[in-house]
Amino acid sequence: MAALNDDSIDDAHCRFTAAQDGARWTLTLAGDWTTATVGSIDAGLRTAAPAPGTTEALVDLAAITGFDTAGAWLVYRTLKGLKAGGLETATAGVRPAQQTLLATVASNDVPIPEPPEPANPFVALAERTGRATVDAAIEGRDLVSFLGHSVIAIARAIAQPRRIRFISLFHHIERAGLNAMPIVGLISFLIGIVMTFQSADQLEKFGASIFTVNIVGQGVLREMGVLLTAIMLAGRSGSAFTAQIGTMKVREEVDAMQTIGLDPMDVLVLPRLMALIIALPLLTFFANLMGLLGGALMATISLDISLIQFIRQLNTAVTLWTFWVGIIKAPVFGFVIALVGCYEGLRVTGSAESVGRLTTRSVVESIFLVIVLDAMFSIFFSIIGI
Amino acid sequence: MVALEQQSEQPAIRVSGLRTQFGRQIVHDDLDLEVRRGEVIGIVGGSGTGKSVLLRTIIGLNPHTAGRIELLGQDMDAADDAAQLRVKSHTGVLFQDGALFSSLTVAENIQVPLAEHVTMPASLMFEIAEVKISMVGLPPDAANKYPSELSGGMRKRAGLARALALDPEILFLDEPTAGLDPIGAHDFDTLIGDLQRTLGLTVVMITHDLDSLYAICDRVAVLLDKRVKVGTIDSLSSEPDPWIRDYFHGPRARAAQHGSTTHQQPE
Repeated sequence: MAALNDDSIDDAHCRFTAAQDGARWTLTLAGDWTTATVGSIDAGLRTAAPAPGTTEALVDLAAITGFDTAGAWLVYRTLKGLKAGGLETATAGVRPAQQTLLATVASNDVPIPEPPEPANPFVALAERTGRATVDAAIEGRDLVSFLGHSVIAIARAIAQPRRIRFISLFHHIERAGLNAMPIVGLISFLIGIVMTFQSADQLEKFGASIFTVNIVGQGVLREMGVLLTAIMLAGRSGSAFTAQIGTMKVREEVDAMQTIGLDPMDVLVLPRLMALIIALPLLTFFANLMGLLGGALMATISLDISLIQFIRQLNTAVTLWTFWVGIIKAPVFGFVIALVGCYEGLRVTGSAESVGRLTTRSVVESIFLVIVLDAMFSIFFSIIGI
Repeated sequence: MVALEQQSEQPAIRVSGLRTQFGRQIVHDDLDLEVRRGEVIGIVGGSGTGKSVLLRTIIGLNPHTAGRIELLGQDMDAADDAAQLRVKSHTGVLFQDGALFSSLTVAENIQVPLAEHVTMPASLMFEIAEVKISMVGLPPDAANKYPSELSGGMRKRAGLARALALDPEILFLDEPTAGLDPIGAHDFDTLIGDLQRTLGLTVVMITHDLDSLYAICDRVAVLLDKRVKVGTIDSLSSEPDPWIRDYFHGPRARAAQHGSTTHQQPE
């Protein structure tokens, strides 16, 4: 029988030849039979079969130079296949080390059960949808329950101010509030510029450029200032809260706290909640100022409205309530952002991977809730007429 | 096991004049270490002496400031990318908690090095993964599980299976028995010993476990004063250094020695 494999290259080349001699079939293996080399002959070896009527098979390993478990597996698999075909099998030229490997492989021929069949894609889609809906409902319920716990913790803290951890509170006010000033200020300033430019472009067509000031004043004070600050804080501090508390959960610090008798609600959640309730209105005030400043700058440059004119027009355009409408929302948003951040942080279990997943979720959820609440505030204010 | 077989008189690992430092803190200075082919060497030392740093430096995860590291006769600093990759395919590393890729099943984890370094049909790759899973003593149904679904001991076994996927010549183990219960640790020691003999591996292991030292290590490298002192357990036992004396003559060492009466040093 012809050689099944090209064996002309060098000694190390992995190859085999099959020879039929009456009822006897001989398989001669040569070269390196190792993990790195056997890939090339696997397909050929699978299809190599003795002629019908063969009763005896001999596998000759004498010319093999390198041998490892992969090579041993192929030899073993071939022998097993021949045996299953009812042939008498024998090996020749097996060195002791090779024998050990063959025995090891033989004793470890344990097939893996098939992985479960993936379900019908439509069924899987329905199942995923159902699961996601139930999960969202459970998460909503848990978040409301956590809200209740937080309110109780705050009430207790107000009743007994000694429970408040002031060092931690001020630390978080500094991190979430003071340190956020540059970025919040810059963004508000730029948004002020953008709003002025966009509205001036339209109003100029009606010869009503001066009303740009009204739009910017109302827009920044009622909505943009507080909304942008809240979104920045959700990305900056809400995520940090989840990551900090989540990492502490992974390292069992939260468990240690409980065994010592410290309540994580008091130690971890309360200072963060209060910090954002305090910091977000202050930041919003700063953001409002910077937004108006940006508007004033753009008005001076592109509309020839002087700073004095701007202030005078602003004075007629906004009332004190315009300002309060924005500021009143800030502590609520701060509370929600901290609430979601801490809640997701405490939900972390075991792995570092879940910290990342829940941090993302915390940011998305808190921004979503902030915008939903903002819409609800808008409806409320329009009903009561401010 | 083949491409580098011709230089088999050479030691598996030769480290000479190694110096590693973090900023101003020098971890190793003028450290020499030679690991012979086919031996099991245990690296021991007190906390903070740089055992893990030494291992990470040898496998190239940590830069060194001076010295020379040869793996299988290849100077790793002078080697180009292709040569480094070739050496890497002849070494396997088991990290402390297995370091399995969490997004892949155990069987897929084991096939990663195969898919990366070797051209072979997918069916053969899967069969090899099957054999390796059984060789490290994992039940077959563990193959389709994700690392998060396994216990710590099983993750180590799966990590070992991945380290063995390419039938490496050198196997590096970072505290293989840490975090296992005594029975699990003993089983793991036996497993490593068996595999080492069957596959002719050179094993470098960091360990705190005296039982492992007595059970499977041919020689021990003690990290002391930024260098290593290498010897058999017997020869190190007579060292005058107080740390080594305490280490090998403490109550735990005596208990471990007592437990391994059957083990004979090959030298």
